[in-house]
Amino acid sequence: MIEVIAPGPLATVQDLGRPGYAELGVGRSGAADLLSHRLGNRLVGNAEHAATVEVTFGGLRIRVRADLLIAVTGAPAPVFVQSVQYGGNAPLRVPAGVELRLGTPQAGLRSYLAVRGGIACEPVLGSRSTDLLSGLGPAPLRAGDTLAVGEDSDAAPIVDVAPVPGYQDEPVLRIRPGPRRDWFTPEAWAMLLDSPYTVTPDGNRIGVRLSGPPLGRAVQAELPSEPLVLGAIQVPANGQPLVFLADHPVTGGYPVIGVVCRADVGRAAQLRPGQRVRFAASPDAGR
Amino acid sequence: MGIDRYGTAARGVLAYGEEALLVEFADVAAVMSLRASLRHEPVRGVEEVVPAARTLLLRLAPDADIDRITEQLRSRELAAYEPGIGAVVEISVTYDGADLTDVAELTGLSTAAIVDAHTDSELSVAFCGFAPGFGYLVGLPESLHVPRRSEPRTKVPAGAVGLAGEFTGVYPRESPGGWQLIGRTDVTLWDADRDPPALLRPGTRVRFRQT
Repeated sequence: MIEVIAPGPLATVQDLGRPGYAELGVGRSGAADLLSHRLGNRLVGNAEHAATVEVTFGGLRIRVRADLLIAVTGAPAPVFVQSVQYGGNAPLRVPAGVELRLGTPQAGLRSYLAVRGGIACEPVLGSRSTDLLSGLGPAPLRAGDTLAVGEDSDAAPIVDVAPVPGYQDEPVLRIRPGPRRDWFTPEAWAMLLDSPYTVTPDGNRIGVRLSGPPLGRAVQAELPSEPLVLGAIQVPANGQPLVFLADHPVTGGYPVIGVVCRADVGRAAQLRPGQRVRFAASPDAGR
Repeated sequence: MGIDRYGTAARGVLAYGEEALLVEFADVAAVMSLRASLRHEPVRGVEEVVPAARTLLLRLAPDADIDRITEQLRSRELAAYEPGIGAVVEISVTYDGADLTDVAELTGLSTAAIVDAHTDSELSVAFCGFAPGFGYLVGLPESLHVPRRSEPRTKVPAGAVGLAGEFTGVYPRESPGGWQLIGRTDVTLWDADRDPPALLRPGTRVRFRQT
């Protein structure tokens, strides 16, 4: 059992999401940075479907009510057990009764607290993920909540520490053309690849909003709503691109110029407000 | 809407990132035909099919042969549009929506004629979106095609029945919305604890009835 003392800016329960319900208007949701979420589960020997806590910009404080094996992955937030500081990406034994706290990450945005056994709460459509857009799954964590620990664990973990690549100041996300690349001027695609874009403060699990040179349209028609995918770069009327993350809507009414490659979506989810990001055409995507 | 019209329906197959294709048609009926066709005769490598207004998204398996699938989609003959699956879902509506008089003005119909046209329509769900369980229903007569409200409402109550363009639908829960509201229903459109959770899914046939 875990007691939430403070959730920080936003903390939600996440797993691999609920795929296969898009035709009912329900998106997949799930951990925004899936690689980090999966790594956390591996470090504590959890099954793949176990749920973790996705902690946005640190600040989570919990009291553990039983001996736990935990790991913190994703955005490198200092991990404090009582007042002793530990690093992430390594399993850590936490005795019953102590307070565990995540500081502010030095880089990145979303950290994952994996607990051996997984976070147990009632699944909705097969997933424990909080989908902030559709309102499915458990509510974001609040002070005073208690979280049960489940039994979603496999063999005892054997990894001591996992090497992970560092966070870049100005990451480059690989993209491929989207279905409406030809709704934009040829200069727009070149602009997207040549100019840095700045992350605005109003992003969330639905998407990352960017600000930079506006992407001009060649086709001015209104687009009937069409399906969206994870990583889709949608360009609303103001020409400022938006990269869709885990809780993206199932359909959208603005053209999608490109799509961030699956392997890079987690890095998009780690972008901080004010940070700059660049895009590069995936090798076989052409320019 | 038969084989003649959709057998060779013009379509575009557009690349959508690494793992999806988007098939585009001129109208929603052809989208529904391809969806029905893919249910009867699935294409290997297609993991999920998501319809929308003029397009159908195909989410592909990581090892899918995109060129082969694209070719199959381009050449597939579409059977006659099958408007729906299973029994007709009847939805009882109280026609007292806040935009009923605006709709009367836009269409030139009396409110009684609007109700008649709405309840006479044999509708089916073309696609879902916007919120879990929100079905975009097609099959309205053109006389009921009206534009969205110029000022969307910040709060539309659950159960509100609305019109927008060629579509009609029911708001599954309270949400913002820009559709012209003509009535309301007590029917539960979405319940995550129910199996299936959505009353309406693509292909479901629907008939509205005045309470």
